[in-house]
This record gives sequence, C-alpha cells and structure tokens, in this order.
Amino acid sequence: MSDFDWSVIARSWSFLAEGMALSALLVAVATAGGLVFGFGLALMRRSRYAVIAALATAYVTVMRTVPLILVLFWFYFLVPLVIGRPVGSLASALIAFVLFEAAFYCEIVRSAIASVRPGQTEAALATGLRPSQVMRHIVMPQGLRAMTPLLLNQIIIVFQDTSLVYVVALRDFMTTASVVASRDGRPTEMYTLVAVVYLAICFSLSKVVERYGKGQRQ
Amino acid sequence: MNYNWDWGTLLREPYLGWLWSGLGWTVLVSLGSWAIALAVGITAGVARSMHSRFIPQVAGVYIQVFRNIPPLVQLFLWYFVFPEVAPESVGLWIKRDLPNPEYITAIVGIGLFSGARVAEQVRAGVAAVGIHLMPAALATGLRPLQAFRLILLPLGLRAIFGPLTSEFLITVKLSSISLTIGMLELTAQSRHIENYTFHGLEAFAVATAVYLLIGLAVTALMRAIDRHFGAARFKRAQP
Repeated sequence: MSDFDWSVIARSWSFLAEGMALSALLVAVATAGGLVFGFGLALMRRSRYAVIAALATAYVTVMRTVPLILVLFWFYFLVPLVIGRPVGSLASALIAFVLFEAAFYCEIVRSAIASVRPGQTEAALATGLRPSQVMRHIVMPQGLRAMTPLLLNQIIIVFQDTSLVYVVALRDFMTTASVVASRDGRPTEMYTLVAVVYLAICFSLSKVVERYGKGQRQ
Repeated sequence: MNYNWDWGTLLREPYLGWLWSGLGWTVLVSLGSWAIALAVGITAGVARSMHSRFIPQVAGVYIQVFRNIPPLVQLFLWYFVFPEVAPESVGLWIKRDLPNPEYITAIVGIGLFSGARVAEQVRAGVAAVGIHLMPAALATGLRPLQAFRLILLPLGLRAIFGPLTSEFLITVKLSSISLTIGMLELTAQSRHIENYTFHGLEAFAVATAVYLLIGLAVTALMRAIDRHFGAARFKRAQP
C-alpha cells in the first residue's frame, strides 16, 4: 500500500468540488422538474378520459423499462435536432433527467394520492369544494406526509443515477474524478475516494429517511 | 426537426448483426448478474434474518455498503481498483489470465449491487411469511438452517415474487452500465451505430423497443408463473 499517493486528492480538490456542485445541480433539477412533471402524469393517469390515462401509463411504462444511459443518449442527440442548434451536454442531460425521473416521481405521487382514503375525497366534494380544491386542501397535505420517505429515497437513487452522466462526458463528481484518475494515472486513489464519498452521503441520507419513517409511525 | 429517418440502415450489415450481438450480450450480462445477485442476495437475506449477534450484522454491512455506492462506481472499483489492491498474485492473474475480463467484471459488479437489493427483499419476504413459523419449525426438530431452507425460504420467496421480478428488470437495465468498461451490449451497439452511420435515433428506437419488449415479456411471464405457484395462489388458498 506504500506506493499510493493520496495527495492527488488534495491537488484536485477544487476541480472535484465543481464536479460535486454539478451533481447537486442535476439532483435538484431532476427532482424539482421531475416532481412537477410527475405530478402532472399522476393526474393524467387518474383522468376519466381513457386516452389521456393510457398515454400517461404508456409514458411511465417506457421510461421505467429503458436504461437511463439509453435515455441520456436519446436526448444527447435529440435535443440539438429539435432545437436546431447545438446545445451543451448539460442542457440535454437536464432534460433527460427531468423526463426520466418524472416517471418514477409519478408513481410516488400516485401512491401518495392512493394513501388518502376515498371517503375523504367524497366528503370534501359533498361540502361543495371543487375537485382541484379537494386535491389541494384535503388530499395533497396528507399525501405529502405519506410520500416523504419514498421521495427522500428516490432523491438518494437520483443522486446515484447522476453518476451515469459519465457516458455523455458531463463533468459531475464521478466524471471529474475519472478525469483526474486518467490524467494523473491514479485510478485507485480517485475511485476509492469517489466510493467513500458516495457511501458517506447516501448512507447518512438513508439513515435520515429511516429515522423520519420511524418518527412518522409513532 | 430536421432529421433524415432511414430505417433501412439498420437492416444492412454489419449494423443488424451489431444489434443482434448487442442483444445477446445484454441477455448474457443480465442473466449472469442475476445469478450472482440471487445467490448472494438469498444468502445475505437469510443471514440478515438469523437469530445471532454477529451474522446479521455482517450481512447488514454488505447490504448498506453495496446499496449506497452507485453501481457505476462499483463497476469501476472492480475493474480499475480491485486488481491493484488485491494480493499481487491475484491481481496479476486477473490482469493476465482472466478470460473475458469485461464480462466477468460486469456480472460481478452488477450482481453484487443487485444482490444487496435482493437481500433486502428476501429479508422482507421471510419477515412477511412469519418468522413466527421459526419456533414451530425448530420444535419439529429441524436445525435453524434447515428451517430456513425447507420452510421460511420457500414461503418467503413466493411472497416476494413480484418485487423479485422488478429487481430482475432493474438488473437488465443496469446491464447497460457495462458499456463503460467496454462490453458491447445493446445500448453500446446502438451508440456504435450512431458513430458509424449518423442514424443513431433509429438505433436508439430499436434498442428502446427491445428493452420494452424484454420488460413486458418478463412481467407477463412472471405474472403467469406467480398465478400458478406464487403468492397469488398462496393468498387465494387462504380462507
């Protein structure tokens, strides 16, 4: 173990921090955008028009059966074609993440809505609230509480997923580390660091989720 | 959108052959990883459910570590780091003599990640069918491992047939990360076709359709099996 050179980490610290900032940006955008779009999909799946519900179901099914890497490739080539000019890999990755994770957030929102007993909706409608008001004032406040652990878990998964932007050479934490690894010829040190950092972050987040879940059940 | 669709490209050689061999590797990587995931996952899941101070903790550490590191990072650890930190003779053997190193690394990396997820399901399954069957099984004179093998596991695995199917499909999707260490599986081949022909979207569309077909076919097959042998039948049989 004597020929390891851990100083490579200190030397590339600021570069790695920039990578981590990009990972955080990806997680934030994927979660915020994915939740908004996922909420829309969840409402569509509950639509009384079969066509709308079927469209949303098909979308969710496709996104959930296709690897994220393939989705990243799709948008890497598709987005510039649609917009008509080259965009950086960041823009296409952000779009890919929002559209991909939306399918997973949709299922979480759906389970949240389903966790509120239908009697509540019926009672709320009987008091004269409009369906949108029922959703906002009755169903979602309770649903949000039910879905928080699932949501936090999904955020951990999204954080792990962001490492896959490696395939479109976007410089997230994983990719910056691999750049340093091959530039300085120090793959052992760099990938060990990456593993330890991801492990520390994901493990502590999962402990927070566990605590929260326990507190909720009491 | 200004794109010249040309589906004929994909029917021409060598591109059709590339897609076929890509599909083959996707299937092989998925099945290989799944075999490891099941073997390790069931072992760790049973270990996690054992009545002992030490064994469940060891399994718990495995599950936490392998679930909380992104699979891509794990793959790189096995591929780049493991041969360096392993004892010298092992490291040399991996670098020089290991047959098809990318494939072996891919199924070990993906399999151990999925194994941690399978272990959690197995633990949940055993807990669901009732660890309370354990005292009864022990009272009949079975040893703890026999009780797991003959009673708790068969019932527990049936109870988690659905979640295991999802885990298998997650493993199929994960097989695509093996392209980063040079496995030419389906996603890699479609990317490859993009490089050569600039008709990537058609190739991606075919790959998407194939993944979708695999997903739908596996789900349908597993539902049919579940209806005959699994929890669905088991639940119906109860009063």
